[in-house]
This record gives sequence, structure tokens and C-alpha cells, in this order.
Amino acid sequence: MTTIAVDLPRNYANAENTIISWLWTRDHKRIALLFLFSITLFFFIGGAAATLIRLSLASPGGLLQPAIYDRLFTMHGVTMVWFFLIPSIPTTFGNFILPMAIGAHDLAFPRINLLSWYVFNLSGLVLLYAVIMGGVDTGWTFYTPYSTLYSNGYVFAAALAIFINGFSSIMTSLNFVVTTHRLRAPGMTWWRLPLFVWAIYSVSIVMLTATPVLAMDTLLICVERFIGVGIFDPRLGGDPLLWQHMFWFYSHPAVYIMILPAMGVVSEVIACYSRRPIFGYTGMTIAMMSIAVLGFFVWAHHMFVAGISIYSAVVFSLFTFFVAVPSAIKVFNWTVSLHKGSIIFDAPMIYALGFVLLFTIGGLTGLMLATLAIDVDLHATYFVIAHFHYIMVGGTISGFFAALHYWWPKITGRLYPETWARFAAALTFVGFNLTFFPQFILGYLGMPRRSYTYPPQWQSWNLLSSAGASILAVAYALPLFYLGWSLFYGRRAGPNPWGATGLEWTTPSPPPTHNWERTPVVKLGPYSYDPVDGSYTTQDGTKNAF
Amino acid sequence: MEQYHWIPFWPRTAAISGVVVNNLYIAELGLCGLIMAMVVGMMATFCFRYRQGSTASRAGRIEKTWHWEIGWTAATLIAFLVLFVWGASIYIWLFKAPPGDIEIYVTAKQWMWKFEHPGGQREIDTLHVPIDKTIRLVMASEDVIHSFFVPAFRIKHDVVPGTYETIWFKADKLGTYAIECAQYCGVQHATMKGDVVVMTAADYAAWLTAHGAERSLAQQGAALFRQYGCSGCHEPRSTVHAPSLVGLYGSLVHLQDGTTVRADERYVHDKILMPNSQIPAGYPSNVMPSFAGEISEENILKIIAYIQSIGSPRESQ
Repeated sequence: MTTIAVDLPRNYANAENTIISWLWTRDHKRIALLFLFSITLFFFIGGAAATLIRLSLASPGGLLQPAIYDRLFTMHGVTMVWFFLIPSIPTTFGNFILPMAIGAHDLAFPRINLLSWYVFNLSGLVLLYAVIMGGVDTGWTFYTPYSTLYSNGYVFAAALAIFINGFSSIMTSLNFVVTTHRLRAPGMTWWRLPLFVWAIYSVSIVMLTATPVLAMDTLLICVERFIGVGIFDPRLGGDPLLWQHMFWFYSHPAVYIMILPAMGVVSEVIACYSRRPIFGYTGMTIAMMSIAVLGFFVWAHHMFVAGISIYSAVVFSLFTFFVAVPSAIKVFNWTVSLHKGSIIFDAPMIYALGFVLLFTIGGLTGLMLATLAIDVDLHATYFVIAHFHYIMVGGTISGFFAALHYWWPKITGRLYPETWARFAAALTFVGFNLTFFPQFILGYLGMPRRSYTYPPQWQSWNLLSSAGASILAVAYALPLFYLGWSLFYGRRAGPNPWGATGLEWTTPSPPPTHNWERTPVVKLGPYSYDPVDGSYTTQDGTKNAF
Repeated sequence: MEQYHWIPFWPRTAAISGVVVNNLYIAELGLCGLIMAMVVGMMATFCFRYRQGSTASRAGRIEKTWHWEIGWTAATLIAFLVLFVWGASIYIWLFKAPPGDIEIYVTAKQWMWKFEHPGGQREIDTLHVPIDKTIRLVMASEDVIHSFFVPAFRIKHDVVPGTYETIWFKADKLGTYAIECAQYCGVQHATMKGDVVVMTAADYAAWLTAHGAERSLAQQGAALFRQYGCSGCHEPRSTVHAPSLVGLYGSLVHLQDGTTVRADERYVHDKILMPNSQIPAGYPSNVMPSFAGEISEENILKIIAYIQSIGSPRESQ
């Protein structure tokens, strides 16, 4: 019987083979895989809830009981936001690739990195406890005073899970910030960092500054619900809108926590598969950093109809338009990055192009929601649901799958089957649009979110959406099979199967435990691709023919 | 209720706010469609022309990117600012409720909408209004946050417990239009629905008579004003040093801290529940007891209707 251990040269994955060696590892690459395992599990739990929701909505009366339906959309939201989207790209590909991309041998604090994984799983267990005991029916936004006084669910446990989860975010992002500042290889200046590193760095800053607020929020919910101290409930002298301010002060930056890493991935992939430098590297970094900063000044755009002062609503609308500008710049830059390239349509590129299109639709509909008078009509309808799924699912999850395929040979040393992967990528794009585009129309017609039932005249749009969801479910499950197959039967990848320029491609695949025998010296910025003769130069200055 | 089988090109709405918002809608959809077409068009062209193996020349690639980037930053910023100003001006117009021809009190609770007309007529989940009149809704919640949403009028406003929210509309088409709760408010949130019935002035008058209450809202409020003991101190003849409420409603009140506040329904509501905040100048604090927890939102609304009925600033001046 052949196993990977016999097949491949000594590397991080086969250096030791005991279970303890994985559970006690301090190697960033192994911890990345531990995280990949955990978040994949939560992705399928959250996905199962989504499937049931769409199944129920196929019929106007709703196939599920209202109380079950409410618990399902809450679990879907909580699981997908905190247990998949936020940790998705940073804890896996950030963990695996960032140290290698800057020429480091590991993250700055390997033990904290491992602790972060344990804390993450602990929070996951608390969440599962809340779900098994009876679930929560508040929605992932936990709006007060419903969540603190009226809800019969396990709000305390769910809030505690999110509280604990935040510490994992903080530990991981702290690690990335320190690593990027202190452990860059000689010659790896800030303006030579790949955009993926810039993305993870900017997102880490947002995580570090925003997550503590989330900890306060969840703690205050627990205090009011458990001890009855009046914070949000007007009957006890509290203010319900205070919760919304505090919650969105974290949760709006959290949207950028979810999307920025995917922007980084897509920049790497588009440059590599169009074989030319990314258009406007400096502009791209400035855009990401300004998104990270401006993201903190738009939280009240979730509250335009909540009864805040109309003048503050005007200010928040203006800032929301401002934050859309850097996003628009990125879309234009990605598009023009295709100009005079030599484009290869492999799976990561199909995911990346899908990302740009879906993110653009998500962004443009975001503009409509930033427009005050239009938001009055569309707020809390399915239009908003469709909008943020275009960003979070069409954007972030496409980015995640692009990253998974792009770095798969580096992680496993094997190539995935290209035809299957292209098929899955195309199917994702089709299934996604079929699922979520009808929801724009439903929202425009006035269907409110979080409703288990709706008038019969809206059934055709809902049926289309549910049909699309079944296609999307297949498209998301497919990689599990062909990637699993490739672990054993995939062709050997070699160090740099795509002819990419990042430092991570200069080590063997899979990399040895400490990434390099000798620390590389960086001579060039990223993306030295030449579409004319097809050559490319890795960041350590080695020129190669493609 | 209108049947939507397909998106109508020009959305049908039934209030004066509808057309105003729709114009902006269509302009913005047009702009977004244009940008999308540009991105898709460029992407498709480049992907085809510069696919690997094509013979198109790759020479002369744009190396200097700054002027391009500044160009499209400026272009998007200007377009965005236009949308911002347009949207914000409509929003301010929508959310600064003018004095209404008819003021209707709305109480939201899990899971129903209760409406009270000035004449004391009450209805649940159905709201009868006359066409071409400015209807001002004063909304309170008995429990959690709800959101009053009439898609055909393009208006929506959250109803937050502990405070009053106001919104207005002026229906311009007869018919029945859906009311929805847009804010998740518990298990039966999806069924918290109602209808606005827009009638001719004559039909509305007939409806009011047919459903006439024995006493108007203000009269019911006057009874409550005595029942809760408010009259003991606040009647002009009272010996207790409490401000008279005659002519109070709508006037400016000078407060102890030197600021002034308009005595609108929100102020009266807050004074009943939190009497020790916003003390008028010249009056001691800690005299009036709080009625929080003793009186329902519905009854507070009736008392407000009474206070409103005993004089507006014009009469007192």
C-alpha cells in the first residue's frame, strides 16, 4: 500500500505521523490545516441550515414550523459569519501562506497560533451546545430587547460562543500583524509585499480593533438577560438602539474582515493567470487600507429607518458612498489587469473572475442601499439578503475556493483534476446567480427577510431561488470529492506548477517543516510576469521560462 | 393587493412618495446597469482577445497607471455624490413628518398592528385612510422592535419600544395595499401583516360614522387623565405647584438646564414615564412619580390626545 508518507520527500505533513504531533503542533502549516478541518465542518453545518431554509421557502406556507425556521436562519447566520466567513481565508491560507509569502519560517507566536485553534473549537462546542439544547431564534444580529427579554432560546450560550470566538480572531490577527512587521525576509520591503499579504495585514488590523467591541456587546447582552441590569431594554431604563450602534460598530467592519482577504486572493490569482503584473499595485494597497479605515465610519447605515437622527443618517450615507470608491477602484484595476495579458482559464481564475462579477453586482446594489431614500424602501427586505450574499458568498466564498485550488498543490504536493475543478467553478457561478438574483426582485417587491411564509404570488421567484440553492449545494460539495481523490491519486505538483512569482512557490511542495533551508533574499516586487515571452521572475530574482 | 407576476417596467405605487422614490430608483438602476455593462464588456473583450495563444499584440501595455486610477476615482466619486445628495434630500423630506391632516396612533405588538383614529375608532391590522390627505402616524411599540412598512408607498420606519416614531404618507390611488412588519419580532413575525385601505373622502367619512366610537380619543384620554390622578396636580385650579398643561402641546418648554424642547408627543410620553428628566425651569424635581410599568402605551397615546385637545400654542399665546 502506498501512502503519502512513502511517496513524497520529507515535508511538514509527513515529518511526524502521530495524532499528538498534529494536535500539539506549532507549525503554521499544520495549524492552517487544523483550521481548514474545523471551518469546513462549520461550513457544511451552516450550509445544511441554508438548504433547509430554501427547501422550506419553496412553498408559500413554509414547510417547516415557524419556531424551527427561526432557529435555522439564526444558526445559519451565526455559523456562517463567525465560524466560517470571518476565520475562513485568514486562519487557513493566511496561516499557511503568509509566513512563506514574506519569507518567514513560521508565525511570530506559534503557540498562540495553536491556542487560537483550541479557543476557536471551544467556542464552536459552546455554539453546538446552544443548538442542541434548543437553539436560538433571534437572528445573528441579536436585536434587543427581543434577545434580552422576549426570546426563549439559548441566547446566553450563543452569545458566550461568539464572545469566546472573538479571542481566537484577536490571537490570530495579532500574530499576523506582528509577523508582517517583524519577520519579513531581507529585501521584502512593504512595497514588495504581495497583495494577499497586504489584505491579510489590513484585515488583521480591523480584527484587532473591532473584535473587542464585539466582546463588550455579547457580555452586555448576557448581563441584561441574566442579571436584569437595564442596558438595552427601555422597561429597565435602557436604550434598544444602543445595541444596534454597538453591534454594527463591530459587525460592519466585520463585513470587510470577510471580504478583504478574498480581495487579496483574487489579486494573486488574476495576476498569475493573466501572466502580467496587477494593474495599479500601489492603488490596490491604498484602496485596501482605506477600506479598512473607512469601514469603521459607516456602521449606522444599518439603522437608517431605526429612528436615529436624520442628520446623522445623512453623514453615514455620505461615508458609505466614500467607502464604495476604493471598492470601485479595485474592480476597475482587476478588470484592466486582463488587458494585454495571456489569460489561462484554470479553475482558480474562473473563481476569481466570478468573484469580480459577483462582487461588482454586490457593490452596485450596495450603492442603492447607501442611497437614503432607496434604503428606506429596501431595508430589511430580501434585497438586502441578496446584496450581502453577493458580497459574502459570491465574493468571499468564491475567493476561498480560488485560494483552495490555487494553493492546493503547495499544500498537498498534488495537482487537482482541472476539468472537474473548472466544472465546479462554473457550476458555482450559475447556481449562485440562480439562487440570489431572484431575491433582489423579491426584495424589490417588498418581501421582508426572516419570514417563514409569504403571499403565493411570490412563489415562482422563491422556487427559482430554491432550485438555484440545490445547484449551489452540489457545486460546493464537489471539491470535497475531487480534492479528496487528488490527495491520493493527483499528479505530483512540483514546487511551482502555475509559474507564479510569490516566495511560497520557491520551496518544494509540500514545503519542509521550516519552509526554507535558508532564508530567501527578496530582490523584486511581486507579479513580475511577462505576457510577451511568457517568462516570469520569482521574488527572489530567479527568471524562469513558462 | 396588486398581483406582481413580472417586474413592471415602471413600478406602480400609490402615494406621492412613491413616484419621487421611483424616479431615483430608475436613475440609479440605470447607472448601475451602465457600470455593470462596462465591467462585463471590458472583461469579456479582454478575456477573448488576450486568451492564452491568441495572436493579439501584447506590446505597449499601460505601465503608468496613476492617471487612469485618478480618472476613475474622480468619476465614481462625482457620480456617487450626485446619488448621495438626491437620496438624502428625499430622505429628509420623507422623515421630517409635516403636521398631518389626520393623525393616527399606531401601537405595534407581537404580532398585530392596532390603529386609533382621532374620533376614537379603533381597528386591528387594517387601516382606513382617505385619499389625498396627509396622514401622520405616531407609532409606539408595546414589546420589541417592529417596523411599519408599506411597499406600495415606499415608506418604512422602525417602531422602537420606549419612544415614539412618526412617519407620514399621502395616498394618491384608491385601493388596498399591504402593510408588513420588516423587523424580525419573534416567531410569528411573518404573519404580522395588515392592509391600508385608501378610500374617497366621502367613503372615509361614512366609514368613520359606521364605526363611530362612543367617545373620541381625547375624551377617553380625559377620563384616563383623572383615573391615573394626573388631574390632581396638573389641573389649573390645583394647589400643587405643577405646570398647567393647557396650551402646552406644541409649545417650547424652557428647561432647568437652560435648553428648550418642543412639547411634542415624544416629550409628553417621556415625561409620563421618566418625570425626573427634562424638568421645566422653575419647577422642583422628584415630585411627580413615574408611571413606567403602570400605564400601557395605548393609554399614554390617549392621554396625549387629551393634552393635545386642551390647547395648542396659538390658543395660549
